[in-house]
Amino acid sequence: MASTFWPEMALPPPDRRGPAAAPVPFLILAGAGVAFFVLPLLGLLVRTPWGSARELLTSSEALTALRLSLIASLSATAIALLLGVPLAWIYARVAFPGRAICRALTVLPMVLPPVVGGVALLLAFGRGGLLGGWLADVFGIHLPFTTAGAILAETFVAMPFLVITVEAGLRSMDTRFEDAARTLGARRWTVLWRVTLPLVRPSLVAGAILCWARALGEFGATITFAGNFPGRTQTMPLAVYLALETSPESAIVLSLVLLVVSLAVLVGLRDRWLGAS
Amino acid sequence: MPSRVAVGLIAMLLGAGQSACAAPAASTVGGSITVFAASSLTHAFTRIGANFENAHPGAVVHVTFAGSSTLAAQIEQGAIGDVFASADQPTMQRLVNAGLVSGSPSIFARNRLQIVVAAGNPKHIGGLADLSRAGLVVLLCAPAVPCGRYAIQSLRAAGVTVTPASQEADVKAVVSKVALGEADAGIVYVTDVKASGAAVQGIDIPARFNVTADYPMALLKDSQDAVLAGTFISYVLADGQHILAGDGFAAP
Repeated sequence: MASTFWPEMALPPPDRRGPAAAPVPFLILAGAGVAFFVLPLLGLLVRTPWGSARELLTSSEALTALRLSLIASLSATAIALLLGVPLAWIYARVAFPGRAICRALTVLPMVLPPVVGGVALLLAFGRGGLLGGWLADVFGIHLPFTTAGAILAETFVAMPFLVITVEAGLRSMDTRFEDAARTLGARRWTVLWRVTLPLVRPSLVAGAILCWARALGEFGATITFAGNFPGRTQTMPLAVYLALETSPESAIVLSLVLLVVSLAVLVGLRDRWLGAS
Repeated sequence: MPSRVAVGLIAMLLGAGQSACAAPAASTVGGSITVFAASSLTHAFTRIGANFENAHPGAVVHVTFAGSSTLAAQIEQGAIGDVFASADQPTMQRLVNAGLVSGSPSIFARNRLQIVVAAGNPKHIGGLADLSRAGLVVLLCAPAVPCGRYAIQSLRAAGVTVTPASQEADVKAVVSKVALGEADAGIVYVTDVKASGAAVQGIDIPARFNVTADYPMALLKDSQDAVLAGTFISYVLADGQHILAGDGFAAP
């Protein structure tokens, strides 16, 4: 069922051929490719100080960073849903001049180095920035060095994942259901709420989860724009980076938490990214 | 047939890999070394590296800059390099204790702290005590990196309590955010203020509250070219001194 919504992304079922069917050089190169991804994970697992892992994880710094990471990444996902779903709908359904450029700018943060994103955010929302001075003068809103700033940085980097996933879902859905609802007299808003959004729910869920996972892992834009202060802007990835300076063991344990979360996300989305099990 | 081509490709790749590994055996004047240097040395070591290459034709110096403890962590995890120049003694000692350094480190420069403010000092900051003023955005380095540790020592000596807006991961981030106008003040090295040009200026911290940072430098045990690396260390200790002094470093 799910695959009908993303024909371009869903994987066809794998062949039932045995390994003997593969050319030997391919097997060797593919093996090297897999090892390249597996070895770093093994490195983390091997070096994890399991004995003290619990103690390191429940240390107040780790818990503070974990709590802040959850708050910031969930807030970023909420903002991304609020702004990103209408944006995806416009991109999928409304033809307007400059749409291609708008869409390119929307997904730019996916390929932009996050540190560059952080600098750009400072120049826009910093107190000397395009909008930041006005925000501070008129509303007293300061974004750099605040949790709101960390959320903004995470939203900037993560929202494109939601937009493109939802847009792909909207583009590939069967619009005849919407047409039918309209001919039966449903208003535009009703069609959107009762027909369109329920039909693209799988891509909404997938997009939100991808967006959340990206926000959870955000580092460069956050440390550049929001700085690093425990409890305020020091999220998990920042805590990992700074822990590496003094206590590599706790950096490894924190990394492992992020790894487990990322893996859980991918397993949860396995129908889409890993093919039907 | 296609599979034979692929096998040939692999053989070529493997062969290329082997010959590349065998290449850096000769080590006279030519050759290349990698220097891991604390980020406060960025300006000085970029120039010293270039001068060294001019003085030793055929020699190539790659300098990698990052926070001292980040570099130490990279070296501990097996980053291959020849020389480590740290902004503090404890970080160097960490590598000495781990057996990653050959010989004993030598101090090649000293640094002091200064308060960095925007050019013209718009917030009229006169000293450490002013940093506790309400409404001021003050940045310090994170306690995990040397400049953060020194800043805490200095503030403690002066009996000043500061609530920083952020604990930046390295000293350059503090200076650049003050230069951008996002922060009002920060505690950094004298040399960073000097290297940052006209956008910022430094406010002196009196000697009794100030901290002297010793910069040690050492040859790494896994150096691929210990001779050239040793020559570079001697060069920094002699010919490099006027460049370091020009950047605001005190002589060892």
